[in-house]
Amino acid sequence: MRRLLLAATCALLTAAPAFSQTFRIALRQDLDVLDPTLATTYVGRIVFAGLCDKLFDIDEKLNIVPQLATGYEWADDRTLVIHLRPGVKFQNGEVLDAAAVKYSLERHLTMQGSFRKSEISAVDHVDVVDPGTVRVTLKSPSGAFLAQLTDRAGMILPPKAAEAAGKDFAQHPVCSGPFKFVERVPQDHVTLERFADYWDAKNIHFDKVVYQVLVDSSVRLANLKAGTVDLAEYVVPSDAAAVKADPKLRLIVSDALGYFGITNNLANGARADNPYGKNALVRHALDLAIDRVALVKVVFNDMYSPGVQAVPASSPFYDSALQVPTRDVAKAKALLKEAGVTTPVKLELLTFNDPDILQASEVIQSMAAEAGFDVHIQAIEFASSLQASQRGDYQAYMIGWSGRLDIDGNTYAFLHGAQGNNVSHYANPTVDKLLDEARGMTDIGKRRALYAEMWTQERQDLPITYLWIPRNIVGISAKLNGFRPVPDGMIRVQGLEMAK
Amino acid sequence: MRGHLGTRIAQVIPTLLLVSVLVFCLQQLMPGDPALVLAGEERGDPQVLAQIRAELWLDRSLPVQYVHWMGNVLQGNLGFSWRIRQPVAQLIFQKLPVTLQLGSMAFAIAVLIGVPAGIIAAVYRNGVWDYVANAVGLAGLSTPTFWLGIMLILLVSVDLGWLPPSGYVPLTEDWQQSLATTIMPAFVLGNAIAAILMRHTRSAMLTSLDQDYVRTARAKGLGEFIVVIRHALRNALIPVVTLGALELGTLFSGAVLTEQVFSIPGFGKMIVDAVFNRDYPVVQGVVLVTAFLYVVLNLLADVLYVVINPRLRGA
Repeated sequence: MRRLLLAATCALLTAAPAFSQTFRIALRQDLDVLDPTLATTYVGRIVFAGLCDKLFDIDEKLNIVPQLATGYEWADDRTLVIHLRPGVKFQNGEVLDAAAVKYSLERHLTMQGSFRKSEISAVDHVDVVDPGTVRVTLKSPSGAFLAQLTDRAGMILPPKAAEAAGKDFAQHPVCSGPFKFVERVPQDHVTLERFADYWDAKNIHFDKVVYQVLVDSSVRLANLKAGTVDLAEYVVPSDAAAVKADPKLRLIVSDALGYFGITNNLANGARADNPYGKNALVRHALDLAIDRVALVKVVFNDMYSPGVQAVPASSPFYDSALQVPTRDVAKAKALLKEAGVTTPVKLELLTFNDPDILQASEVIQSMAAEAGFDVHIQAIEFASSLQASQRGDYQAYMIGWSGRLDIDGNTYAFLHGAQGNNVSHYANPTVDKLLDEARGMTDIGKRRALYAEMWTQERQDLPITYLWIPRNIVGISAKLNGFRPVPDGMIRVQGLEMAK
Repeated sequence: MRGHLGTRIAQVIPTLLLVSVLVFCLQQLMPGDPALVLAGEERGDPQVLAQIRAELWLDRSLPVQYVHWMGNVLQGNLGFSWRIRQPVAQLIFQKLPVTLQLGSMAFAIAVLIGVPAGIIAAVYRNGVWDYVANAVGLAGLSTPTFWLGIMLILLVSVDLGWLPPSGYVPLTEDWQQSLATTIMPAFVLGNAIAAILMRHTRSAMLTSLDQDYVRTARAKGLGEFIVVIRHALRNALIPVVTLGALELGTLFSGAVLTEQVFSIPGFGKMIVDAVFNRDYPVVQGVVLVTAFLYVVLNLLADVLYVVINPRLRGA
């Protein structure tokens, strides 16, 4: 018996994970379907980065660079001609050509349940010019269209395999990326293995990639420190110091594409009928009461950037003239007086159950109290908060957006009067006109000027009180070389290798 | 006995039917629109939302939705997960063995610690060993699973590097890795139940040890070990078995937290994710199967009483 126990103990102790050419990535949550047409989650996009190549990609400086395409040109402001990389194969052996691109774009546009439809709704039709060239004709000029092809809408699927699988494609996805699908255990992991015929095979240095779902941030950190994962795609700001202090790890912090703010209910149902919803002076008073610099310092250990617009400073559309306001409690009080409201002004701040966001809400509550607000925090679970905001059952809602490469993806759906994500029900004809005009242009300089004008109006009306720009905080093994921090937060496996 | 068992088996069907109605109605009371959750960041598009509602029958009345689902269940089809588009039965088939393995190991740990500790505490009543067992039991009961889990991960995995901090490997794939990944969560899960079992075993043993038949056994000159194990423990075990069967429910609910902490892809983790993602078919399927298991395990406990106590055989 004693021998048996000893043997079992030894067996357990020696069962520590063996290191091979497997790259392990910790994800913050479980993904949804592994079908680029039907998928919606952020973490799903991280897995797609290993599985499916796109027509275009973005680099560290937010430039659009070719991936499956070798180049493109605008024949006119509605016609995009894309030249494809020759000799690219799908993981099932099919050849990636113009017909596959046409099939994939049309699948994204017409498949029932497609979430890509709205992203590429500008497409009128797609033509195959020759096997290496495809022509996309748009219904109207679109400045944001090319950026859409750097994400899931630009992922190309093998027509035969996708057609045969139909809606079951996600059970065994096939793409043209560096790794092919092996297995998925929901809530646990996705395993991919090296695709030998990948067009850029020389830049792939792992045999397998395992995406491990580790929801709890402490557990994610423990796995990173124990070396059972090589990279955590998201380290919470409060864990950043622990990663920095560990000589076996490196912390990589880079600009992200999203934003976080308070969406104010201006006209969405009866809950908008109060001084905060109806009088911009009251909203400005709250805006001035918040010290964004202190907020990000206290809650996010100074890892995020204070902000008042929907894009990071690295975006070509960033308006550098728009400065973060300095906290001014006296002026905030004066504004409330000018608005003729009785203090304390009661305000219900809807938020979801996330420790950092709750803490940020509490900091705002305390700052606002000094200016004459009585903020009541209503913290509920995320899905319920979404529904409450859609129904207009809120006054002010702490919510963020993961962000898109083009500014249109961060603004149009939230600030344009006719959009479903505009839960504030903000409707300003000037803003609508500027957003429409900017969307229909391709010249970045002209678009930047239109957005600058739009921000001036937005800052007057404050349908959204922007608070901070999150940053991508990634923890990696110190042995990992070749990591490129790209603002979209995706983990690009090309060029990554583990030092011997 | 046969009649009693027959009645218990006949009760299973209405119980499960009631559970199915309850879970179906209760989740409708939950705030949060499944279409909004499933639409993800496309939630601003009314067309997308309408399409999701139509596809998933969410635009039909509640009784119609229930009859549709129940009709499929009766044909052995638990439906598809809305979020990951996999059959619910397949998901349950994948996850149930994981939680059963974790639960069995936890229960074995609980029994191995709890019952002997309870016996020792009763035999050495008011002695040092009784106080030690009580103190350990109280500590086990008072330690939150979540905290204990994180502390063990930090100590055993991060600092000592003895065991993997999380994850799961099936027994069939690699038994060593499988035990390595489940031993720590099983200990955390079994810890609280061990404490409860210890306290109940102690109390039942104290009652048994004061009985006439124990005194008679001692008077006959039997050794103390035989008296305690053969005579006192056998009778004391009946309430302990009842409690053990009831604690199986605790085991399932405890697995929810433990699986979260150790990232074990079992039943508990699946239902938590399904509730947060408003993946109704998964919630319904898991609750139905859990209720079924619970009823069956209680039935088994009834059978076990008879095995332990011959006096019940004539009942």
